[in-house]
Amino acid sequence: MTATPAESAVPPEPTAPPRAARSSRLLAERVIEAAIALAGVSTVVIVALIFLFLLRESTAAFLDVPLRQLMGTRWYPIEGLFGFLPLIAGSLVVTIGAVVIAVPLGLITAIYLGEIAPPSQREVLKPIIEVLAGIPSIVLGFVGWVALAPLVQQLGATTGLTALTGSLILAYMALPTIISISEDALYAVPKAYRDGALAIGATQWQTIWRVVLPAARSGIVIAVMLGIGRAIGETMAVMMVTGNAANIPALGPGLFLQPVRTMTATIAAEMGEVQRGSLHYSTLFAIGVVLFVITFGINYVAGRLIGASGGPRRRGQL
Amino acid sequence: MTRQQSHTLAVRAITAVSVLVIVPILLVIGYVVAHGIGTVDWTFLTQPPRDGMRAGGIMPALLGTLVLAAGTAVVTLPAGIGAAIFLAEYAGDNRMTRAVRLAIVNLAGIPSIVYGLFGLGAFVLFLRFGTSIVAGALTLGIMTLPVVISTAEEAIRAVPDQFRTVSLSLGATRWQTIRHHVLPHALPGILTGIILGLGRAAGETAPILFTVAAFYLPELPRSIFDQTMALPYHLYVISTQVPGMPLGMQYGTALVLLLLVLSMTLSATLIRTRMRRRREW
Amino acid sequence: MTAVPPPPAPAIAIRQLFFTYADGTEALRDISVDIAPRQLFVLFGPARAGKTTLLRLLNRLSDLIGGTRQQGHVRFNGADIFERGVDVTDLRRRIGMVFAMPTPLPGSIRSNLTFGLRMAGMRDAAALEARVEQSLRQAALWDEVKDRLESSAFALSGGQQQRLCLARSLALEPEVIILDNPTSGLDPLSTAAVEESLDALKQRYTIIMVPHSVQQAARVADSAAFLLDGELVEAGPARELFVNPRHKRTEDYISGRFG
Repeated sequence: MTATPAESAVPPEPTAPPRAARSSRLLAERVIEAAIALAGVSTVVIVALIFLFLLRESTAAFLDVPLRQLMGTRWYPIEGLFGFLPLIAGSLVVTIGAVVIAVPLGLITAIYLGEIAPPSQREVLKPIIEVLAGIPSIVLGFVGWVALAPLVQQLGATTGLTALTGSLILAYMALPTIISISEDALYAVPKAYRDGALAIGATQWQTIWRVVLPAARSGIVIAVMLGIGRAIGETMAVMMVTGNAANIPALGPGLFLQPVRTMTATIAAEMGEVQRGSLHYSTLFAIGVVLFVITFGINYVAGRLIGASGGPRRRGQL
Repeated sequence: MTRQQSHTLAVRAITAVSVLVIVPILLVIGYVVAHGIGTVDWTFLTQPPRDGMRAGGIMPALLGTLVLAAGTAVVTLPAGIGAAIFLAEYAGDNRMTRAVRLAIVNLAGIPSIVYGLFGLGAFVLFLRFGTSIVAGALTLGIMTLPVVISTAEEAIRAVPDQFRTVSLSLGATRWQTIRHHVLPHALPGILTGIILGLGRAAGETAPILFTVAAFYLPELPRSIFDQTMALPYHLYVISTQVPGMPLGMQYGTALVLLLLVLSMTLSATLIRTRMRRRREW
Repeated sequence: MTAVPPPPAPAIAIRQLFFTYADGTEALRDISVDIAPRQLFVLFGPARAGKTTLLRLLNRLSDLIGGTRQQGHVRFNGADIFERGVDVTDLRRRIGMVFAMPTPLPGSIRSNLTFGLRMAGMRDAAALEARVEQSLRQAALWDEVKDRLESSAFALSGGQQQRLCLARSLALEPEVIILDNPTSGLDPLSTAAVEESLDALKQRYTIIMVPHSVQQAARVADSAAFLLDGELVEAGPARELFVNPRHKRTEDYISGRFG
């Protein structure tokens, strides 16, 4: 502390510890704070590293396989045919099916939990949904394999391992995400909106449908997007129940009752058997790049939407 | 139809749909428990598999999963809690902070199989750890980071601001304030996040497929540079890769895995409510 | 002009101080005032006049708020507290603060009192113990809590908690104590107890206080300053300011015409 020359008589500090002790403590704090900052920055570095390693291992695929072939309709690695289309189509069909099932279910359940259910019920139901989020995907896949697939087969499919089976399992895996985020969105709608609608004589249902839902729109969009992100990246359960046929599914009424193979399942199923460094190996990493880019895009947009709709809650001041 | 009737109808429909969500969850759990309970006993938990895994127990896989969870904790705790403190206490509103937040959101969204690819490329091959516990734990630890960071950050932010102000006004430094009057109160929340994250990691299959998991090992791993069997992968193997596998063994394995993961989720929730009740302010 | 003894060097000298929050609110405009040592200085005015903002600048708790702009000087014993290289933790030990609501930290009564000292590096148990007793006696709390120093600070009544917070600042042996409306949550009896301890404390400390009411201000102040909308209307010895205010606005406020 420097003082102006005229008034330099600063009284000695009575509680100050010895100078050396203080500076060594300050140094220790600097080190700790640097480590904390490093931990923060490391997240960015990790994302970059993940992308770089995916690129590094997939270079051969992007350089040596003609783009035309990558966009092709045949995935026969043994014959050197690496067309992504059947896998992308498989992922797409299964994900669309899951979204069609999960979005209405999730949204309606969120409405029930947030607007209709009495608190006592909410306290029972919310942990159950949390439990669903906690069930390992391999266990859901296993149940899908031993219990759900035979049921699906009775719908008239030649096998129980179909896109529909995968969509059903995926839908339930995406539900906790969709429910909790849309419930937050509903909760964020100001009470005044509801009171206003109820005050002019709207029923509770009309209030929900015409006032609360539109106001929560952007939050619900985020919920759906993150649900899609969750579904498209799921691996083990899907691999066990979709039949793993790398064909472009035939359009038509039986679309969902055919076996398909997703991008994720392809990586999981084939990486164990490939020669490291081979073109096939590299192509599997290229699928990883595609998955990374898709989920990065979804999360980036969802993150921007979250930022636009309010951002993190602020702490109360003293 | 009157307005009141349409309201009643809507509410009934919404309730019915919610039942449609809840019931299958209970069915799945009930199904696994009912079919698996007969197989799970002390021998099943403590014996290695025999006869091409068609008999015996799941001890090496169970042990492997516990070891992997511990390894995951070692990787994810320092980085996760550090990043949470950074975001809650130090980060200003600038480009760096936004980049960190974006990174965490994206880490949370990256598919688990892509983590598996990354672990293979970075740890197994590039760092030459080989297919090993260390490669698997690093992969799972990184995958668990976003869960730990976001729950820990939330817990830290929930500590009333006045504790910080008061502590600083008494001449404590920023770090002393965090260390003595923020972290202790955030601990239950941080612990909840950690257990949730580890529970998820213990149940994951895709990230360990190419980084650590072994189809079958006659011996237990001796060091962290060895492969290990793991429960989720073991379930996958015995239910899809081994012909003539007795169903009871499959259900039993699924039940043990389910109980392991759910008990972690449950204890996390329990810690949270317990500690909330003990709070003084 | 009659001969007035020369005033002692001010403990705190505020010069042309401006402060603006991130949202553009001009909380303080061109504040200049001297605060004499070992006196009770009262800063009063209606809500949102800038009192709390000014108090929090004095020990730089204002650093915690982002995006603010400030200008001007605050000299403490002649040294500018905003200068680069100032040890803020040291400054805050020397200028203690008691907040409007009782703010015990979670933990025992004893740990509340010793926290600041321990953070400053004091390890000696006997010395800590001496400070605990001394500060509790100064805050007139010793007799009530001496047998239960290990019990939770939250177990105390509101008035006791507020005196504990005062004792907690005193334990650091500061030179200045800032009190931001310390009796706002207290009943009349506790208020009287706090006011009484202040009277004794100003023999040793410079006290800067935002009062609960004009009446309290007039009761306790040695000198006072009236703030309105971020500007200092007038400042001076309490006897003059409360009896013969120079400005119409001060008079209107004191007589209860607004505020």
